[in-house]
Amino acid sequence: MRLELEKRSEHSTFYSIASPFIAIGLTLIFGAILFAVIGKDPAEALYIYFVSPLTSTWSLHELAVKSAPLILIGAGLSLCFLSSNWNIGAEGQFVMGAVFGSMMPIVFPDVQNTFVLPLMIIMGMAGGAAYAFIPAFLKTRFGTNEILTSLMLVYVAQLFLDWLVRGPWRNPEGFNFPESRTFHEYAILPEVLESGRAHYGAVFAVLAVIGLAVLLSKTLKGFEIQVAGQAPRAGRFGGFSAAKMTFFAFLLSGALAGLAGISEVSGAVQQLRPVVSPGYGFTAIIVAFLGRLNPIGVLFAGILLGISYLGGEEAQIVLGLSDKITRVFQGMLLFFVLACDTLILYRIRFVSTRTPALAMGEN
Amino acid sequence: MKLRILGLTLAAAIVGSASAQAQDPVEACFVYVGSKTDGGWTQAHDIGRQEADHLMGDAVTTKFVENIPEGADAERAIERFARSGCDIVFTTSFGFMDPTIKVAKKYPDVKFEHATGYKTADNVTSYNSRFYEGRYIIGQIAAKMSKTGVAGYIASFPIPEVVQGINAFLLGAQSVNPDFKLKVVWVNSWFDAGKEADAAKALIDQGVDILTQHTDSTAPMQVAAERGIHAFGQASDMIKAGPETQLTAIVDTWGAYYIKRIQAVIDGTWESQSSWDGLKDGILTMAPYTNMPDDVKAMAEDTEAKIKSGELHPFTGPVKKQDGTQWLADGETADDGTLLGMNFYVEGVDDKLPQ
Repeated sequence: MRLELEKRSEHSTFYSIASPFIAIGLTLIFGAILFAVIGKDPAEALYIYFVSPLTSTWSLHELAVKSAPLILIGAGLSLCFLSSNWNIGAEGQFVMGAVFGSMMPIVFPDVQNTFVLPLMIIMGMAGGAAYAFIPAFLKTRFGTNEILTSLMLVYVAQLFLDWLVRGPWRNPEGFNFPESRTFHEYAILPEVLESGRAHYGAVFAVLAVIGLAVLLSKTLKGFEIQVAGQAPRAGRFGGFSAAKMTFFAFLLSGALAGLAGISEVSGAVQQLRPVVSPGYGFTAIIVAFLGRLNPIGVLFAGILLGISYLGGEEAQIVLGLSDKITRVFQGMLLFFVLACDTLILYRIRFVSTRTPALAMGEN
Repeated sequence: MKLRILGLTLAAAIVGSASAQAQDPVEACFVYVGSKTDGGWTQAHDIGRQEADHLMGDAVTTKFVENIPEGADAERAIERFARSGCDIVFTTSFGFMDPTIKVAKKYPDVKFEHATGYKTADNVTSYNSRFYEGRYIIGQIAAKMSKTGVAGYIASFPIPEVVQGINAFLLGAQSVNPDFKLKVVWVNSWFDAGKEADAAKALIDQGVDILTQHTDSTAPMQVAAERGIHAFGQASDMIKAGPETQLTAIVDTWGAYYIKRIQAVIDGTWESQSSWDGLKDGILTMAPYTNMPDDVKAMAEDTEAKIKSGELHPFTGPVKKQDGTQWLADGETADDGTLLGMNFYVEGVDDKLPQ
């Protein structure tokens, strides 16, 4: 006997909506089993992971700091993926946004006025978009696989940043350590509220989510994106250019990744370092899919992943759990989401086999 | 009258809080950049934490958090400790420097100690270890043991601490054999067994017959053992990886420092400082001198004693820079400021320093 996936002729609207919640529920159940097996109180562990990050003003601010880049990048990627353009290089676009945006305070530290910050943000977005232009150009001009080119450009961007902060952009007063000078006060993205360090990056993230949600559901461009993804042939008959769509998707997702990069550097780190991202660009791919490629969904998915990071840290300290547990958790979550989605579109069928060799193998 | 009551209440409050302090254990918290079982840097710090935890008994409780990326996450991890009631927070990676300073500003009553940086504040101490003292000793041993007169050096990142080590090693070697040469390979990682092994093989193929490393895996030691040459361990005693190969190792022993600083918090004598301890303070120790003739061992022990007593400073003139210009005049010793920002080689290094 073997298993086969059979396409369902129609799928339930109810389960389409419920699926992420079922996935989260399954993650919680299996998480509880996991904790019980390693000898921790499941209720306490789950509380620390998923509730404690929401219980103080301080951790809410930290949650905003951690989730904002994931949401910004994830929202851009969801639109890009919807149109069947596979930008895997958001991490590199994030880094390039940080690099281009930081040019003002590092190369021209004496220019200190209120125009510096807006300029940095524009340059950050331009840097991310320009870097995303490369795989889009290669795809449309030479038919290269954008998954490979965009991914490989990540490493190029990381090494470029590494070279900059060890060489030309190294802090002249920094005892030759590999980091840039710290930004002057006009180059720092301010905090939104007095009560904590959440900066305007969080506001940008919410605005991006709203903007993209409107774009997708209310505009012709949004329709064009959906057609490009679901029925490219119909799109061509409709007069939509696939090449233009590729550029649009890459430039937009690149610009948002760049905005996340400059926001992180200017708001949270306040200097360039050899590494400025703990993998936001890659985690955001998970966020985009967890949010079902829907900007509003991405908002919640980003917050959920942020919670699991913060909760994981707290669990390390309070319960003495390894940080690997956080990764296992995130892995389970993604696994269950994808499994639930698959089961909405397909049903599992048991096929009994009549091949004698296989039948014998079963005995 | 009112004033007197107020005074009494205040006094009672002060006494009350003082006795509470005496009873409550001091909480010492550690932020690690890597895993506490990495076999190198972070593990050495965690062994120090465990020593403090065991030896200081009920007076201390310790906490730690591992695998914290440098950047925005570091600030959160440090602040999490500061606001959760830690009395002293040790942040054990260079990249935690600015986050530590930022958090320290918000929590003036918490003490902070940052490893291997250069910034301090009223409640932030910067601490490091004079690894280069050990490097000078192993340089001398290398020059005695080498037949080809060339050693190989597997280096991590071109930061001052590593450059100091390379220069101290070569100066030690040249004090025995003035023509001693040194080849350097940069692997751009603190821990990458594959790259370190490749670097070791490449260096041996170029004719070096002794290896040393400023990276944390035991791979170079194993390659040296396969090829039948000698090598030195780094951060931990690596004798198990090369029982016939290791001559000695520079072992990081942070425990002594952690106990000293936590005790200062208990005693109320903690003050901000720039601490750069060396062999004499026990912050680094030499693993047993093995696989060498008695006269070489005697020389190494003698040098170690002289460095501890202060009779010998590894950076003592005359020393020329790689480009041939004079750096230290005869008898002059290097000041800490120059060492902390060191970005040049001394004469005899067969490599161009990455800038």
